Amino acid sequence: MSQVSVAAGSITPPHIEYGQLAPILIVLGAAAVGVLIEAFVSRPYRYWSQVGVSLVGLVVAFVWTIVMGVSHTPHHVAALGAVGVDGPTLFIQGTILVLALMSLLLIAERRHEPSPFTAQASSVPGTAEERESLVAGILQTEVFPLMLFAVGGMLIFPAANDLLTMFVALEVLSLPLYLLCGLARRRRLLSQEAAVKYFLLGAFSSAFFLYGTALLYGFAGSVRLSDIQLAISQKGGMEPLLLAGVALLSVGLLFKMGAAPFQVWKPDVYQGAPTAITALMASCTLVSAVGGILRVFYVGFETLRWDWRPVMWAVAILTMVLGAVVAITQTDVKRMLAYSSIAHGGFLLTGVIATNKAGLSSTLFYLAAYGFTTVGAFAIITMVRDAGGEAWHLSRWAGLGKRQPLLAGTFAFFLLAFAGIPLTSGFTGKFAVFQAAVSGGATPLVIVGVVSSAIAAFFYVRVIVLMFFSDPAADGPAVVFSPTSTTAVVVGALATVVLGVVPGPALHLAQSAASQFFVR
Amino acid sequence: MLTALIAIPALGALLVAFLPKGRDELAKLTALVVTLVVAVLAIAMAIGFDNGGPRFQFTEKYWWIKQFGVHYAVGVDGVALVLILLSVILVPLVVLASWNDAERSGGVEAPPKRSVKTYFALLLALEAMMIGVFAATDIFLFYVFFEAMLIPMYFIIGSYGGAQRSYAAVKFLLYSLFGGLLMLAAVITLYVQSANAGHGTFLFDELRNLHIEPTTAKWLFLGFFVAFAIKAPLVPFHTWLPDAAGQAPAGAAVLLVGVLDKVGTYGMLRFCLELFPGAAKWFTPVVLTLSVIGIVYGAVLAIGQIDIKRLIAYTSISHFGFITLGIFAMTTQGQTGATLYMVNHGFSTGALFLVAGFLIARRGSSRIDAFGGVQKVAPLLAGTFLVAGLSGLSLPGLSTFVSEFLVLVGTFTRYKVPAIIATSGIVLAAVYILWMYQRTMSGPPTEKVAGMRDLSKRELVVIAPVLVLLVVLGFYPKPALNMINPSVKQTMVKVEKHDPQPTIAEKGIRP
Repeated sequence: MSQVSVAAGSITPPHIEYGQLAPILIVLGAAAVGVLIEAFVSRPYRYWSQVGVSLVGLVVAFVWTIVMGVSHTPHHVAALGAVGVDGPTLFIQGTILVLALMSLLLIAERRHEPSPFTAQASSVPGTAEERESLVAGILQTEVFPLMLFAVGGMLIFPAANDLLTMFVALEVLSLPLYLLCGLARRRRLLSQEAAVKYFLLGAFSSAFFLYGTALLYGFAGSVRLSDIQLAISQKGGMEPLLLAGVALLSVGLLFKMGAAPFQVWKPDVYQGAPTAITALMASCTLVSAVGGILRVFYVGFETLRWDWRPVMWAVAILTMVLGAVVAITQTDVKRMLAYSSIAHGGFLLTGVIATNKAGLSSTLFYLAAYGFTTVGAFAIITMVRDAGGEAWHLSRWAGLGKRQPLLAGTFAFFLLAFAGIPLTSGFTGKFAVFQAAVSGGATPLVIVGVVSSAIAAFFYVRVIVLMFFSDPAADGPAVVFSPTSTTAVVVGALATVVLGVVPGPALHLAQSAASQFFVR
Repeated sequence: MLTALIAIPALGALLVAFLPKGRDELAKLTALVVTLVVAVLAIAMAIGFDNGGPRFQFTEKYWWIKQFGVHYAVGVDGVALVLILLSVILVPLVVLASWNDAERSGGVEAPPKRSVKTYFALLLALEAMMIGVFAATDIFLFYVFFEAMLIPMYFIIGSYGGAQRSYAAVKFLLYSLFGGLLMLAAVITLYVQSANAGHGTFLFDELRNLHIEPTTAKWLFLGFFVAFAIKAPLVPFHTWLPDAAGQAPAGAAVLLVGVLDKVGTYGMLRFCLELFPGAAKWFTPVVLTLSVIGIVYGAVLAIGQIDIKRLIAYTSISHFGFITLGIFAMTTQGQTGATLYMVNHGFSTGALFLVAGFLIARRGSSRIDAFGGVQKVAPLLAGTFLVAGLSGLSLPGLSTFVSEFLVLVGTFTRYKVPAIIATSGIVLAAVYILWMYQRTMSGPPTEKVAGMRDLSKRELVVIAPVLVLLVVLGFYPKPALNMINPSVKQTMVKVEKHDPQPTIAEKGIRP
């Protein structure tokens, strides 16, 4: 920004490294194409063209990311320092793109019912208008460009090297998600409530983020993370402006990942949103948010770590314990996974707190491992269906293991992975972050971590008991297999096995990605 | 060789699991063949084991997760080998004993028919992990087997157990998981300690020589010890066992109490003592106290039980007290005795559970008062029950006597009071075993047991080898002792304890 000089009415155009920003641009471009499709393609062709564009966009972006990662060791800033292109960022972006592809499979699902999304979001639930749109068989195809915009924002968020870019990315990823949350086909009031709740709390947290940015600008005279870091080391770290800025910024960031005490939105939103969108949020949004946290705390506030660490300790402990304890009483399977996701956020924070290379690489690995398992688990939730949509109440899952041993077995496997049983990716990830935390001197945190893992195991196991050891209800839910969701489940299960049994290559990838830290 | 021992049952489990539906007989046969092959291989390996050779034999070592410094490293010393032998001998017998169990689901009441092949696949998976856990010489690998082992057992109890099965299964899993996770924290810290000392490793051989600062060592000891104490189970951590063993199908109860719980005592001997010798010595008074409490408490509670399987579970708690007593007595005799005790207890409790399983399957109830006068109707059944029971109370001539005697002598030379109190456990054992026998077997046959079948050929084949082993090891324990002794000596060197000056008694029992 400093290079954008306004002199005598002429503006020098900034130099943009299109090649290095290509993954982001491709996804956003595909989103724009999606909008055009909505405008110009006639209704019957929209679904397929939207699916095609989204698929191609995500795949090309992913391939491009891989090529960038393989061809040379990326470690520089692009777009005048607004975006960092480095190992950790590429790893995070690649993870987001793969998980987005898996979520896309769920979003594009049409076998279960015409679409997982409402036919017309604007129609009031329970009115004649809604019935008409249902009868007309309208498909809500705007979800595809919305999803791509969200993914685009998620890609920028962890890469953003200054706080303003980060804020813009935050909004780009959040706004479409607010909308998507309200589009559920079943239980629409719940879905709309979730959207409103998410929007209000999200807007609130964005304000915190922005206010924090402003204070930090006041302190450092720049919104660049590297400048802030420089200012901290020059001016010392006890300025009220700085501390208040860091605190407010952290609120905004922790809200996005759903760490306690900013977790209240998560269960409601996860429950109300269409399950495909929940999968997207539980995997991609979490990855992106943690990526952003990593960059801000490892680059911007690295020299301040003795000040923020105690607070983060408290947040991590609270998050782990609260997520694990409250999950025990849940009866809705999506709410249960929401609390489980909160608890996992706490485990991720133990890796963040380590503030060493092991902490970074283990957090990256954990993100990938958790993302795959989560999408797989939500994919299974979309497949277990009652007459009124998904069988959300846990009691409906009773005896599923007797009627659908393979599906229930896979779900049990995912739950065991969440619980961190060895030979699953969940264990490897947990081991990695705990190891990093211990070597970073956070042993008490690890003790809390293992205790809350034990608590969390209780409710995972409860679901397994329900599925396998209880007798099936007479009118139990049906299981609807479809090629797309089955693919998502299979990919999730394979990744969970591979990352659990032979995690070597993936760990190596995460380590080499983290080998140079973030670019400043 | 060891890898083959782990891989064969694991592959067998997969094979059985993917057999087509409705081929139950084939699944059973496959499981039996696989377990027999494993048993033969393991026995061949035991014959090839050189008692005077290096401590760990049949070792293999490859990188597994290089980023964490984790090896796939296996190898056996005498202690591990006898426990592996125990497992591989018990598993085929359990397969044979539970031939019809899966359909009947433990024999209590009549729950719906359950998948037969899943049961045997789980048994095979369990066998692979049992061998793995004893063979692992990398602590990470040990931990993986230690935790993963819970899952098949959890499903066996939960799917094929008695009426309270899901409660028992969950309790079992959560207790063990909790202990395991504490151990995980200790494992990680141990690794970090070794990394700080210059070379991060999980290999037992290398960690053995690591110097750990005493306070840290105490915490680490606790992390490992609590996990093992839950597994073993030692007294304040024991409440899961009666439920789990009482609800598990008899065959699984054999493996649960006979082998799985041994992982706890094995872990104490192998890891707690050798990795943290100083801390182990520091904690010895506590552990001895808990052991003695366990011996008496378990025995007294066993007397009061009205359910056969729960009774056997409580006797085991008493016996585990003896084992930990022997381990922490820190004498060669005590530890050798404790190791032999682990094996003997596996066979003796195994026999008890097996015969109890036969009884329960006939009567459809596991309550003691559901029986009476079985002796007259089914003499063979009663006879085997008596022999198994007598091994439980350590009758001289049966192998359990040798080990119990060794433990008590070994303890007495160093800690007199605990040894004396522990002796009361033997008296109480006579009470609970004989009283149970009296209530179920002797007296006039009641109408409840009228028409009870005696042992079938299959059941005889199951029970005979165990009883034979109990008698043979009772008269000639030398091969086992020779195998165990060198390894135990190594442990003793590590804890820097020397046997107290030999007393007269020592001559007689030193092999």
